[in-house]
Amino acid sequence: MTATLERAPVRAVPRPARTGRTGYLVAAGCIAISTVMLLPLVYSALASIKPTAEAAATPPTYLPHGVSLDSYRRLWDYQEGLLTYLGNSFGTAVLTIVLTLLLTVPAAYGLARFPVPGRELIFLVLLLALIVPYQALLTPMFLMFARIGLTNSLIGLAVLHTTIQLPFSLYILRNTFAAVPREIEEAAVMDGAGSLQILRRVFLPPTVPAVVTVTLFAFITSWNEFLGALVMMSSSAKFTLPVILATARTETSLGGTDWGMLQAGVTISIIPCVLVYLLLQRYYMAGLMSGAVK
Amino acid sequence: MQGTRRNRLTGLAYVTPALAFVLVFTAYPLGRMIWMSLHEWSLIAEPHFIGLDNFRQAFSDRQFWTSFLFTLKYTVLITPVLIVGGYLLALLTAPASRMRAFTRTVIFVPVVIGLGVSSLLWYWLFSTDFGVINRILLDLGVIDQPVLWLGVDAGTSNFAISTSVVWKVIGFGMILFVGAIQAIPTEITEASLVDGAGYWQRISRVVLPLTMRTVLLVTLVSVIGSLLAFDQFYIMTAGQPQNETATSVFFVYLNSFPYLKLGYGAALSLILAVTILAFTVVQLVLTRRSES
Repeated sequence: MTATLERAPVRAVPRPARTGRTGYLVAAGCIAISTVMLLPLVYSALASIKPTAEAAATPPTYLPHGVSLDSYRRLWDYQEGLLTYLGNSFGTAVLTIVLTLLLTVPAAYGLARFPVPGRELIFLVLLLALIVPYQALLTPMFLMFARIGLTNSLIGLAVLHTTIQLPFSLYILRNTFAAVPREIEEAAVMDGAGSLQILRRVFLPPTVPAVVTVTLFAFITSWNEFLGALVMMSSSAKFTLPVILATARTETSLGGTDWGMLQAGVTISIIPCVLVYLLLQRYYMAGLMSGAVK
Repeated sequence: MQGTRRNRLTGLAYVTPALAFVLVFTAYPLGRMIWMSLHEWSLIAEPHFIGLDNFRQAFSDRQFWTSFLFTLKYTVLITPVLIVGGYLLALLTAPASRMRAFTRTVIFVPVVIGLGVSSLLWYWLFSTDFGVINRILLDLGVIDQPVLWLGVDAGTSNFAISTSVVWKVIGFGMILFVGAIQAIPTEITEASLVDGAGYWQRISRVVLPLTMRTVLLVTLVSVIGSLLAFDQFYIMTAGQPQNETATSVFFVYLNSFPYLKLGYGAALSLILAVTILAFTVVQLVLTRRSES
């Protein structure tokens, strides 16, 4: 499915006859649309390097008249400091990735390769979060987390993010495990390999792309998630990046909103996602497509 | 592998951690939510059972309906734009060419950034005095006064926020449509070319029907996403004016967390979950039917 997106000359798509005029129209359309899509991001990045006075100017300047890193300096020192918030966001994302993989790789292996009693029922239970949106479960989860000390904790937030991500990961991994040819597995069994060895030696190599996809989606989900982090974290030292920035939109040291600092924060939040997407685009698309064919 | 007892147990051992996790962190909260919805529940006093009173209160609560109808309005406004716009973008960018592939990649970039962060970006772009959107419109002479985009009028806010969300998510539908369009076998499109059908005729008679399943899927995913909208409203209007732009999830959030009416919040969550479930069932039925 992915292959069609990235490679292979596709003739299946109806294409208007290659007259000069259509070609120019398509080119103009592509350039105009790309510009509109990129402009907000570029504009935000430009605003983040305006000097303090210019960033607070009204009406705003179109292009920076001067260049300065003042906005980044203010963000660096904002409340607990940028490093704390970056650390919280990265920490939660990494914990989410680890937890998701530790739970779904074995479960997918078990479901795809072993005669587990009640297999279909177990699979359905594991996909429960698909039908109940986590937004609806936050009230009871908050009470439960408060009782077991998981509020205001990166681990607690990672657990929440894992519940969101688990069905997707399990679904993708189970299909991938199921697609590995039986002969290779049987050969390993003949050699007397244990199930864990078989998982490591036989199954993990061909499923690496799927594991990358799952990791990528877990990262993006966790890094970007807002409502859960807003609800679970009550002390500012535990806020993730989006939550502290949302707070900063109304209360800053400058009295009013510090627009330059806000856009510095927006730019910093965006960079990891865009980087990961551009570098691992193939895996990203693979995930989207297999998620869509469910 | 044979269905030996040993194998069954090994398989079960691999599945158990995930199963336990889901039972504890998804199934238990679900049960708890139903239980809580039947109680008056705050952090201060002991919870006490009140039957269906929370639900009765919800249905006679004006804010419940304001939130529900506003969420519906938002959904009805944004969904057609996302589907039709996404499809047109897919038609433009699906054929193989470097420029089209580049455009596709660019359109998809906002999909991977956070909705919270993109809302902060657009909160600034739409700002009355500091935002570039008013500056452009003033310079072009479209308006003579800066427009108060956010948090003053519910309709204007809805329009501005929808614009930002279209920018943020239109690439999602587009990429799935591109996948569906590219999966159409070459022979089919060639046959319609031989028939001498024009471009739009081919789209409406061949391409659209063959990608209908994806269109339905994306529509339902978009509808469900819009019904669960929160981040963009929390950040861009904070529900203003007078909670007119507080969506359903926002209303749940307000009751459960700032107000700590947890039983009422649970009842509202349950209503929300049932609404979403209804849409999910519709989605499954529709996609199954279009498969056969």
